Amino acid sequence: MGPSVSAPEPPAGFEQVVLPHLDAAYNLARWLAGNDHDAEDIAQEACARAWQFRGGYRGGDSRAWLLAIVRNTAYTWLKKNRSRIMVPLEDQEVAAVEDATASAPDFHNADAAMLRAAVEELPLEFREALVLRELEGLSYKEIADVAEVPLGTVMSRLARARRQLQIIFQRKGEVNP
Amino acid sequence: MNCADLRLLLHAYSDGELDLVRSLDVEQHLQTCAACAAQNQSLRSLRSALRSAPLAYAAPPSLRQKVRQLNREPADSPPPESLRQPRAPWLWQWLAFGATAAAVLILALRPVGPAPGDLLADELVSGHVRSLMAGHLTDVQSSDQHTVKPWFNGKLDFAPTVKDFAAQGFPLVGGRLDYLQGRAVSALVYRRNQHVINVFVWPTDRPGAGQPVAENRRGFNLISRDVDHLHYWLVSDLNPTELSQLADLIGKPGTAP
Repeated sequence: MGPSVSAPEPPAGFEQVVLPHLDAAYNLARWLAGNDHDAEDIAQEACARAWQFRGGYRGGDSRAWLLAIVRNTAYTWLKKNRSRIMVPLEDQEVAAVEDATASAPDFHNADAAMLRAAVEELPLEFREALVLRELEGLSYKEIADVAEVPLGTVMSRLARARRQLQIIFQRKGEVNP
Repeated sequence: MNCADLRLLLHAYSDGELDLVRSLDVEQHLQTCAACAAQNQSLRSLRSALRSAPLAYAAPPSLRQKVRQLNREPADSPPPESLRQPRAPWLWQWLAFGATAAAVLILALRPVGPAPGDLLADELVSGHVRSLMAGHLTDVQSSDQHTVKPWFNGKLDFAPTVKDFAAQGFPLVGGRLDYLQGRAVSALVYRRNQHVINVFVWPTDRPGAGQPVAENRRGFNLISRDVDHLHYWLVSDLNPTELSQLADLIGKPGTAP
């Protein structure tokens, strides 16, 4: 069974590789940029790059491939436009994580607005790992590919992201029991 | 395993990224350590809250429009929303999570001495679960029955029937060696949408003696068929109706060589 040859050759891959993942691309851009307008610019530029460099797509998970381009586009954009928020992660990682009295709040009553605000508070790299894992359902391997870090770093960033959310909600719970 | 080790592994455990052995280590620790169990509970409620809250942003129509123009194709019709990939990894994760629990139960139950039939069913479920967890679904990955079948040559003392049922909605994914009832068996892997189906095959010395069996064990459906001199056991989280369709295809005269 060969492919049908009657229709004109469809543009290679675009319908399969970029468009199906546009929501995922925009979602990542939106969480990294923090507002609609910049997110749209970043996502559009990333899609244009993806289209331009589509020859670099070697098969495999096209969503992870596109998200890696979105991520790089976003970081370049952020460096250019908001250099002050690009704090080296190492400085933040130490502070946030290991408090000995580990809080274990219950999130059953957490509403969406509170969660959204708490995720927005996270450092960029933690937020990115969390969004890719929890909202896009990427595996550690896929996140490692998108963020260009080792698997162990993915695990620790996710752990720290979630730990920070626990701490934020623990504090809120103390204020607003 | 101490608590410090566990607090990091707990995340990989929750994400379904641990192998079976380490998952069991984590579960063992959770049973004996209240503080870590509370952490696990909190983590689960956090993840469930993140998943159920509408936190993901959808691409605005204006962006979709602009991106479609990149294609220099007339934007005749917007792509349907359904083009977006289903979030299969969640499914896998929860499957893996439940599967780990099932595997623990199996290990826990074994010393009690279940009936032979139960033991086999447990082994089958366990084999299915193992294949999903260790990232070891197939040794030979191919939808081509002529690739999968020869791969078993020399690895087994029988020749399993390998047939692709993609046309009927059950594409062949590949095959693998497994170990059941103290012997090497072949495991053929099929897919039905997002569901993985393991078909375990081994020879029977009493052809025709085995009655077709269908049962549900810890959330997995099992169906058996005897075809020619071979036992076939199908294991999946797929619903029994569709699973039996595949069993019928396998058992259909003319499909076996």
